[in-house]
Amino acid sequence: MTYAVRRRTISKVAESLCAVAVVLALLPLVLILGYVIAHGLTALNWAFFTQTPKPVGETGGGMANAIVGTLVLIGLAALFAVPVGCICGIHLAEYPTSRFSALVRFAADVLNGVPSIVIGIFAYGIVVLPVKRFSALAGGVALGLLMIPIVVRTTEELLRLVPPGLREGALALGATRTRAVFTVIVPSALPGIMTGVLVATARVAGETAPLLFTSFNNHFWSTSLMQPIASLTVQVFTYAISPYEDWHRQAWAGAFLLVMIILALSIVARLAIRGLERMNRP
Amino acid sequence: MQRHFDRDIEEIKDCLLRMGAMVEDAIMQSIRGLLERDTSLAEEVIANDGRIDQMELEIDRRTLELIAKMQPAAIDLRFVAAIMKITPDLERIADLAQDVCERVIELNREPQIKPMTLIPRLAQEAQAMVRQALDAFVRGDAALARSVIARDDTVDQMTEQSFRELLTYMLEDPRNISRAIRLTFIGKYFERMADGATNICEMVVYLVEGKMIKHAAAPEHE
Amino acid sequence: MSVTIDMERMAPPLEESAAKISVRNFDFYYGDAKVLHGISLEIPDRQVTALIGPSGCGKSTFIRSINRMNDIIPEARATGSIIIDGRDIYGPGTDVVALRRRVGMVFQKSNPFPKSIYDNVAYGLRIGGMRRKRDLDAVVEKSLVRAALWDEVKDRLHASAFALSGGQQQRLCIARALAVDPEIVLMDEPASALDPIATTKIEELIWELKSNYTIVIVTHNMQQAARVSDRTAFFMLGRLVESGDTRNIFMNPQEKMTEDYVTGRFG
Repeated sequence: MTYAVRRRTISKVAESLCAVAVVLALLPLVLILGYVIAHGLTALNWAFFTQTPKPVGETGGGMANAIVGTLVLIGLAALFAVPVGCICGIHLAEYPTSRFSALVRFAADVLNGVPSIVIGIFAYGIVVLPVKRFSALAGGVALGLLMIPIVVRTTEELLRLVPPGLREGALALGATRTRAVFTVIVPSALPGIMTGVLVATARVAGETAPLLFTSFNNHFWSTSLMQPIASLTVQVFTYAISPYEDWHRQAWAGAFLLVMIILALSIVARLAIRGLERMNRP
Repeated sequence: MQRHFDRDIEEIKDCLLRMGAMVEDAIMQSIRGLLERDTSLAEEVIANDGRIDQMELEIDRRTLELIAKMQPAAIDLRFVAAIMKITPDLERIADLAQDVCERVIELNREPQIKPMTLIPRLAQEAQAMVRQALDAFVRGDAALARSVIARDDTVDQMTEQSFRELLTYMLEDPRNISRAIRLTFIGKYFERMADGATNICEMVVYLVEGKMIKHAAAPEHE
Repeated sequence: MSVTIDMERMAPPLEESAAKISVRNFDFYYGDAKVLHGISLEIPDRQVTALIGPSGCGKSTFIRSINRMNDIIPEARATGSIIIDGRDIYGPGTDVVALRRRVGMVFQKSNPFPKSIYDNVAYGLRIGGMRRKRDLDAVVEKSLVRAALWDEVKDRLHASAFALSGGQQQRLCIARALAVDPEIVLMDEPASALDPIATTKIEELIWELKSNYTIVIVTHNMQQAARVSDRTAFFMLGRLVESGDTRNIFMNPQEKMTEDYVTGRFG
């Protein structure tokens, strides 16, 4: 076999192997989506979106409160995690070499690796136990703790990517360092920071374990943040392990909805970035 | 660091020196033609003037090209300025030699008025000044240039003296007038050759020292 | 890092000099490395002074010392004085933020903020406390006119600054610097990233600006220095070799090193 032919053959073989690998990687995703859509789409009905769960034994009902609950929880989590995470990220970017920053970075990495159930237990300890009740607030705290490391790291990375010329330009106009950071550098990194926030949100939207002993669950509408609140994830869990056929069906619907929510978050993230990047493209 | 423009500069210098050599020859031939009353020599000088004119054009062309391509600065800039002023001065000196020869041809049709004394000395002085001006340029010798400029006064005096002498001949006998006038012209031509040499020397000083002494209030003597 | 001016503690005015900026024996260090050696230079008011020299000769470091932009580098250290209008800006009690409002800077790579054209020019004004729209509008327009950009952008002031071409962005940065009404404008190779036509526009702009501002420009393009400046200072290896009228530097320099550099024999 000539050298040229051998080269071409090796190339073709490698290409085919890559294609196979891609298929293998995508296969689970396709199957999951297919499964969820197939089972879940049929279970969706108007009642699902508008009604709360019916008592055991009765068929029908929906997950309206769980849908709202999930949104409330991730809203609370963002409220908690975004300011803390962003400020942290800004500090890390502004003082990259200090010992304190190294410590903070390490802590964020460790926090990132803590199992979500452990975070849940921690939130249980500090928010649920003192008042002796489960609450949406506790759930928000737990999810927020999960979001923080992601926001911190993303913010820091993106601020580092801002060209130093922008900082110099602001300083040369007589801005103090703080002003330069908050009026020029952070705004220019905003698209990326928002991505980080949306990615973190998408991640925690699908968490179940930490919610089990913080926001617990609620078959009814919650009226205050200090009450337990329903969430799609916990509700799906509860229904899935139950013996009832109807509840199984609703669990599929819930799973499908979860996937759609996360998909929607990702799409929104992309659109927002594109819009902001139009302002930013150098 | 050698630059490729240095070669262009050297070539322009060579052209100028070749032109200078031709001009010096022309002056020398014109003096001989005058002293030996040799019409054919004079005619040769007139015929060769065209070549000298061509050299001026060649140098102009090369120099402009150098300016366009090189954007010369400092000493290179002064070199270019000097070349652009020296070349027409040289060409005028050559024209003056030609003019001398035209008068020589006319004079040779009649017998001499008198044996010439002043005019040959004047001519030699002018020739020497032109040669030394070109030497000063080649060697970048500002001191030599200044000494040539100082000799111009002597040349002016000699011209004046010669004119007075010829005037007496004109007053003596009206038949001398046409020859005397032609001789006066010749004296004037050599005087202006000396002026041209002076101009060249002023540009040499500018090139070497960066000082412009043209039209200065008091003449600079070393 | 801003320090308010304490009038009692400020350096007293030094001996009279007609120059706007008077540099006396200025040394600059990055850590232990000495980068500028004993620079002494007079920069006259309302003229363009060009700083030329080979790469790494310290001219950029020097110009950035005039508005103390080098302060943001952690191991930077300076000795000697730079006196602007009689006050040593390296003396105790200098308000660096206020200094930077009097001494503006335009950078080699244009750096418009990711904001609209209007907001870019108004940035310096807003951080200085100007709030009223009418006032801002007036100064923004005046600055854009001064930077020869007004006609090209007056209909799209709220478009993104990045919609402009490279040459327009640089003129925007100039307008932004002019908006805070500095007395001195420093330009670090302002045209080096631009095409020839944009470069010519910037050079003509500099020529017009000098009647109102003292301009110091770093350039590696000698012909640009010759075209645009009234005075030229030649730097080499962190030292000031020669400074003087641009005419003289380019027609009859005193130092051999200067002559070698301007004729391109350097190397």
